[in-house]
Amino acid sequence: MTYAIQATGLSKRYGETVALHSVDLEVPAGTVLGLLGPNGAGKTTAVRILATLAGPDGGEARVLGHDVVKEAGRVRELIGLTGQFAAIDELLSGVENLMFIGRLLGLSRAESRRVAVDLLERFGLAEAADRSAKTYSGGMRRRLDLAACLVGAPKVIFLDEPTTGLDPNARDQLWEIIRGEVARGVTILLTTQYLEEADQLADDIVVIDRGSVVAQGTPQTLKQEVGRPTLLVRPVDSARLDRVADIVTEVAGEHTRDERFVKTRVNDTGILPAVVRRLDDAGIEVAELSIREPSLDEVFKQLTTENPESTKKVTTP
Amino acid sequence: MTTVAPADAPADAPAARPRRTGVLRQSGTVAWRQLVQIKHSPETLLEVGIQPVMFVFMFAFVLAGAMAGSRHAYLQFAVPGLIVQSTVLITARTAIGLNTDVTKGLFDRLRSLPISRTAPLIGRIAADFVMLLWSIALLLGFSILLSFRVTTHWYQLAPMLLLVWVFSFSLSWAAILAGLKASSPENVQALAFGIMLPLTFLSDSFVVAKTMPGWLQAIVKVNPVTMLADSIRGMLVGGPVAEPVTKTLIACAVLLVAFVPLTLRAYHRER
Repeated sequence: MTYAIQATGLSKRYGETVALHSVDLEVPAGTVLGLLGPNGAGKTTAVRILATLAGPDGGEARVLGHDVVKEAGRVRELIGLTGQFAAIDELLSGVENLMFIGRLLGLSRAESRRVAVDLLERFGLAEAADRSAKTYSGGMRRRLDLAACLVGAPKVIFLDEPTTGLDPNARDQLWEIIRGEVARGVTILLTTQYLEEADQLADDIVVIDRGSVVAQGTPQTLKQEVGRPTLLVRPVDSARLDRVADIVTEVAGEHTRDERFVKTRVNDTGILPAVVRRLDDAGIEVAELSIREPSLDEVFKQLTTENPESTKKVTTP
Repeated sequence: MTTVAPADAPADAPAARPRRTGVLRQSGTVAWRQLVQIKHSPETLLEVGIQPVMFVFMFAFVLAGAMAGSRHAYLQFAVPGLIVQSTVLITARTAIGLNTDVTKGLFDRLRSLPISRTAPLIGRIAADFVMLLWSIALLLGFSILLSFRVTTHWYQLAPMLLLVWVFSFSLSWAAILAGLKASSPENVQALAFGIMLPLTFLSDSFVVAKTMPGWLQAIVKVNPVTMLADSIRGMLVGGPVAEPVTKTLIACAVLLVAFVPLTLRAYHRER
């Protein structure tokens, strides 16, 4: 497999604070990696290192085979970056913003205009092309920002929290555009605090917290491996909840309950028939018996709060 | 008649990966961007122009009588000082503009492009020099209307502009450092006015140093603004030229030696 982004042991500290602690990342070409983590987890630091804006204190990273430190110039030819804030010139029109980047990259006036107009068209900004960007809505700014990062036809793009602060509609539009870029074969590293975003867009997810990787895998495997499914049992007669709880505990070893349900984490799918049999033996009529898959939200919370390495002094600015 | 329509290039054909271009063209593009900004907010021209015009007006009508007896006499003295003030204030604009790019993230975008790292700086300095020319033109035009006269030779304007540019370029490095370090454009503005305005007034730009207390005269004498104001006076209305110009160039050299390494270090250091 060819990797578009490969990082090993990336570390970075700012003074006393550790922003990244030996982070490994691998992104196969043409896929989307979601770098997921709460505020201050080190997501932006990772992006800045990969996009050649900051040098790592330890470890190394390659983008399409080029070292981000030793061959920074070469890497810059291959990447596009959109940071956390829309990096556009508000005084310029949409088309001028894109032409500015195109001209910097060495396109002629005519070429840069053609590329700018094409991109604006594709991103639904054609009508606003000649308007000053300060009149743009938040969503339009983000789209213009993303367009600016695509002017140079990058093969790898870094999106640092691309939809933070957008309303659901604008967010959906941006997602659509990102999917379009993936369909063109672009490799994307996307940071986000939103699980739904990672679930929607990413092929693989790396969860980082306090500078360290705490989990990785596809959205599906993360749900399966980290969050275990829950078994729920609701007897018809809630007076029999106590008995149900006893049975569940005998089979599964633990239970939690509320006024209607007895619940337990499922470690072994074999417990389901066992519970059913025992309930039947006891003559308890069951109104509902189900296994619920964990949501990514639960996985995320579990990962970022139950970090076993949390005793280590790792905080980020 | 039938024509064969040329096959349209697919709209989604990736843009050809651009060639590398020289730092000059890239700087030109950065400067172009700033001049296009003016197209969209022409009030910038007014903003930059209004300061010198207001000062000329106030000096000519409010201060002239008390300072020199006549409007003409005082303008002959003060206009060179006003040119220096404009220069210093435009340099503050460099810092504010750069800081805006830094805080908005545009600066990071530029740093992630395969372009020369200094092009964004050179382009900005070049564009701000155009603004400086505009503000000096306005200032001179208005002063002449109010009886200021170049009593040496008109062609002296050329070496004057060159010297003003050298001074502005040297001072820019300090401004860029402020622009890189400050946390917001408003802070830069406050800093600029806190430093730049006293700098122009603690000089002989508007008042002859002889009238000041001795300790202040000492400060005035080593203030680069004094040196530049004296040089411009010599060039436009007569008086010694060689000495103040030499002093100005030395001051510029000191500014460059002090700030270029500091500024470049701050510039290349990642944030």
